[in-house]
Amino acid sequence: MSQPAHTPFVESLLTAAAPLAGQGIAWLDASRRENFDAFIAAGLPDTRMEAWKYTALRALGQRRFTFGDTQAATRQVDPALLALPGVDGPRLVFVNGMFRADLSRIEDLPEGLSLQPLSQVLAQDAESLRFALARRYREAGDVFARLNAAFAGDGVVLRVAAGAKIAQPVQLSFIGAAADTDLSWHARNVIELGEGAELSVVEQHAGSGEQQHLGTLVADTVLHDDARLQHSILQNAAEGSSLIRRGSLHLGARAQVMLHVLELGGALVRHDLHAELIGDEARLDTRGVFVLRGRQHVDTQLAIRHQARNTASESTWRGVADQRARGVFRGAIVVAEGADGSDANLSNKNLLLSTQAEIDTKPELEIYADEVKAAHGATIGQLDERSMFYLRSRGIPQAEARGMLTAAFCRSVFESVPNEALREHLSQALLAHLP
Amino acid sequence: MLKIENLHARVEGKDILKGLSLTVNPGEVHAIMGPNGAGKSTLGNVLSGRDGYEVTEGSVIFEGRDLLALEPEERAAAGVFLAFQYPVEIPGVNNTYFLRAALNAQRKQRGEAELDSMQFLKLVREKLKIMQISDELLHRAVNEGFSGGEKKRNEIFQMAVLEPKLAILDETDSGLDIDALKQVAQGVNALRSADRAFLVITHYQRLLDYIEPDFVHVLADGRIVESGDKTLAHKLEEHGYAWVAERDESLAGART
Repeated sequence: MSQPAHTPFVESLLTAAAPLAGQGIAWLDASRRENFDAFIAAGLPDTRMEAWKYTALRALGQRRFTFGDTQAATRQVDPALLALPGVDGPRLVFVNGMFRADLSRIEDLPEGLSLQPLSQVLAQDAESLRFALARRYREAGDVFARLNAAFAGDGVVLRVAAGAKIAQPVQLSFIGAAADTDLSWHARNVIELGEGAELSVVEQHAGSGEQQHLGTLVADTVLHDDARLQHSILQNAAEGSSLIRRGSLHLGARAQVMLHVLELGGALVRHDLHAELIGDEARLDTRGVFVLRGRQHVDTQLAIRHQARNTASESTWRGVADQRARGVFRGAIVVAEGADGSDANLSNKNLLLSTQAEIDTKPELEIYADEVKAAHGATIGQLDERSMFYLRSRGIPQAEARGMLTAAFCRSVFESVPNEALREHLSQALLAHLP
Repeated sequence: MLKIENLHARVEGKDILKGLSLTVNPGEVHAIMGPNGAGKSTLGNVLSGRDGYEVTEGSVIFEGRDLLALEPEERAAAGVFLAFQYPVEIPGVNNTYFLRAALNAQRKQRGEAELDSMQFLKLVREKLKIMQISDELLHRAVNEGFSGGEKKRNEIFQMAVLEPKLAILDETDSGLDIDALKQVAQGVNALRSADRAFLVITHYQRLLDYIEPDFVHVLADGRIVESGDKTLAHKLEEHGYAWVAERDESLAGART
């Protein structure tokens, strides 16, 4: 064999044969081919690459995944899994990456809201997605974005017309369902809010049955001037699964985004979140927490770029790791030249519940503009022994006391979720995840 | 109810309690007085099961059970309550939620039915009256931003709700002005009963003007060196702790 040796992971992709939505569209075929070739040429990165310094992919590289699930259309999913308190509006559900009309709710959409699976848009009006999908990822660390671009055939296309204010939250659910083999699925979301539009989105990742699938999701969100978005992500993927999510946010002038992220599930999770504040006075508020146990590995990479004047970003992130879990947080904020008068705050606090758990945090701040107010800080600590004893001395057993203090530690992340029922659901999910 | 025999305890490698013996019967109020460093707070912490206090000798029997073998939460469920000298602020944990969790955890451990929120609210209202505490404190996080007096009153309020058999008050008077001291003492007196005992640990006789003890013990250098009735507290106030040391030659080297 004269070919370079591929890892089992890459080999299993070379032989992937499942048909993809949109095949035969010349520009899409070309984009998929180029991203695929770039992915194969580079292979999986090792920890010498800065972006992957704390997340080793060696074990993933030794595994094989079957691309696509031929039975995705008929896999049983418990309706209770999809029911989120306070969320009963439009819903798109994907099982192992494939759209499931039977589990979704897209009849009688409110005026101004367009919500369709990507596979359907590719069949009807592919040209409208050309700008989003005909993209080459050139950064060395963009490995999974390339993989996703090569293989994503379904996902969410959500558009809100200018001025439309959508009251009901839109639910987007990605369910990994148990199968005979380890599957890989790849989904692509395109969300666009027109000028002055308002939307709230609840994104759910959950597992139905035990599995060790690999899912990738690339989610691009664009807000035109004065648009407002509330986006909550509840990541409760199956315990053995791997999930790679890459989200991007573009904020026009005076646009506002409030993002809440709760990471609970998955064995290996990587979440890249890139936000660009492009218009003057754009505001971004991100709040997230991971709560890890067992041997979970969750890596959150937050990158915020202030590009316009008087923009503001507030970032409140918490990490909790128990047992032998490992958490990684990188928060990089850049205030670019010309983004004068901007505010940027980043707080990252972490809690280690066991001596064998590990959390690595790296806040970064680069400022190239004038009159900027910026602050960032990161801490790693343990539960306060005095507080623990106080609770126990009142009769509260150790495990419950730990739960109370951990929930209190994470409280600042959720108190701003406006939907009360959802907020309660998120904190219950967090408590239930503690060992 | 409580029988402490020849108790020796060590903190960070240093012997603090050196053979303390004490018997407390139901309904009795015992005051433990002594100079700084005598081991007063160590006694409270050892009895409530705090980490870092190593018992090297002796025994503590509470209602027939080996108290030292129990976890802190088990001691609480058995009926031991420690009012902290420095109550801990716990941001993010609501005071009412905390207290209900504590009461129900104790009831569960004792095999009693847990209280639902209506039953709990009724109980809290009754106890609030006794303690003259504003219910505004209940809606805040545990002790967060409370004044010194509010923290101590909150301790006594918790005691009122949890209804322990043995209440240990660890320098509850420290840092209180006279009005706050009276309020705290009133709360304690309202909770005195034939089947509840108190161990009142204090440096000053002042608190004992308001909580009248049945017995007063002087703790010095890790042992009880003098016991008597409430008049002992007045003698101490008059003569200072040096007086006790002089009376007990074996304590000649002890701190006064």
